[in-house]
Amino acid sequence: MTVMGKAHKYGDHIDTDVIIPARCLNISDRKELATHCMEDIDKTFVERVKPGDMIVGGLNFGCGSSREHAPMVIKENGVSCVIAKTFARIFYRNAINIGLPIFECEEAGGAIENGDSVSVDFETGVITNHTKQETYQAMAMPGFIKEIIADNGLLNAIKRKMNS
Amino acid sequence: MGMTMSQKILAKKAGLDHVVPGQLINADVDLVLGNDITTPVAIDEFEKYGFDSVCGKEKIAIVLDHFAPNKDIKAAALSKRCREFAGKYELKHFYDVGTMGIEHALLPEQGMVAPGELVVGADSHTCTYGALGAFSTGFGSTDMAAAMATGRIWFKVPSAIRFELAGKPSKWVGGKDVILHIIGMIGVDGARYQSMEFGGSGLVNLTIDDRLTMANMAIEAGAKNGIFEVDEVTLAYEKGRVDRPFQVYAPDADAEYERIISIDLSEIRPTVAFPHLPENTRTIDRVGEVSIDQVVIGSCTNGRLSDLRIAAALLEGRKIVPGVRCIVFPGTQQIYLDAMKAGYLETFIKAGCAVSTPTCGPCLGGHMGILAEGERCVATTNRNFVGRMGHVKSEVYLASPAVAAASALAGKIANPEAFEMRKD
Repeated sequence: MTVMGKAHKYGDHIDTDVIIPARCLNISDRKELATHCMEDIDKTFVERVKPGDMIVGGLNFGCGSSREHAPMVIKENGVSCVIAKTFARIFYRNAINIGLPIFECEEAGGAIENGDSVSVDFETGVITNHTKQETYQAMAMPGFIKEIIADNGLLNAIKRKMNS
Repeated sequence: MGMTMSQKILAKKAGLDHVVPGQLINADVDLVLGNDITTPVAIDEFEKYGFDSVCGKEKIAIVLDHFAPNKDIKAAALSKRCREFAGKYELKHFYDVGTMGIEHALLPEQGMVAPGELVVGADSHTCTYGALGAFSTGFGSTDMAAAMATGRIWFKVPSAIRFELAGKPSKWVGGKDVILHIIGMIGVDGARYQSMEFGGSGLVNLTIDDRLTMANMAIEAGAKNGIFEVDEVTLAYEKGRVDRPFQVYAPDADAEYERIISIDLSEIRPTVAFPHLPENTRTIDRVGEVSIDQVVIGSCTNGRLSDLRIAAALLEGRKIVPGVRCIVFPGTQQIYLDAMKAGYLETFIKAGCAVSTPTCGPCLGGHMGILAEGERCVATTNRNFVGRMGHVKSEVYLASPAVAAASALAGKIANPEAFEMRKD
């Protein structure tokens, strides 16, 4: 499967408090929660983002809290995947567990700029920057983790195994 | 190849003789933890996927501490959901208002973690329990649902950084200064995906509270977990708290580490992390003039009795500067009682501080001391990202209880060495 969209570029150490501030964590309704995505560093994100778009970050994307609300609001806004130079481990884990594809790629996290038109091949991990006419190769995900993403999340994967 | 402490525990819990860094495993967990923010999402997932039994009534702990006592109607609904779930599945370790404490101060106190155990929690500071020689790490709500249902969870085995401790910290230096020094040195992703393993001749000079503080902030260096070798100090702490058998693991002599970092505890100065990253550290001698509006003493990082003791020793018989709000959060009901009996609460109140029931409160910008635009707070908490404690244009400076108390007395970030302790 290949997705295509616009890149929304951010810097290093994008922490979970800016992805979704703690003051919003009493909101249970996902749609309402999603309207607060990125608001402390970019109030315009939720208006500009279109389904299929990507978030692109630098080092240590998603650092900070374990709140699963962080990848959840990103996914809820229709973001197809997150590309970053490196990911913080709990965010990486949470994204996989809820079925939000993530791609770790030093080159892509550096070269892609805000607004670039990008496509990603989920099978091969090849990221194509159509605006810059460049391609980058993301790190391969281990099979176990590919399975969880293919099942659209950890609990789907567990249920499927329990039922078979 | 020998194994680190963390690798040994993961191997044991996965039923394997040996594991190597990068290996993916499924491991049995001893305890699954969640709080009032993360548990409701886990419950939603648990029920959505049709699970109707839990791995064990004693294997799950739910602590209402973030937005509790409930800060608003929505937060009350979240706590109610946790309460109902705990009741339905007859969970033994459910802590509601009146019995709860800040989760990472509460669990060690209650003897819920022993050396060699594997504890997972839907809170990033679950790494705290590594101080007791357990493998302990934070994860998300879906993980929590999976672990509650099956008693197992997947891991990627981490490589490790070894911290070789030597020497003895000086009078005003504690675990908070040591860990801030380390994070300042290696960066907020300096231990990304790795175990931070602590040992060496200086270990004996760190109290259990120092170790709990340090392990608590392993996540702030990006680590998967922090873990301390088990010694007489650990065993003395666990005696009387833990009555089940436990296994002490020591790292193999030929365990492999990606880095070995020597830390001379005697050289560490009181250290402050400036906004907006925990790695943005300066020693107290280089802070300059930073006037402040608020001080927070408490949290899962520094809300224990020894933290309150040191703050009280500085504040005894003194008054904080008018215009500075100082809020104290004992970490648990027991700590609150002990602090009361020791006279610390009276000291705090007479000094002009506010004393709160245990809660995470302002640490994550929840309630009980939120900052307005342009305000600055010295806090014994663990994070100072943009907007962490309130307005996006407010600032949080992370520090030890000694520096926090001194700063409340001075109205600016201050060195505790400049004050005499009125009482030992």
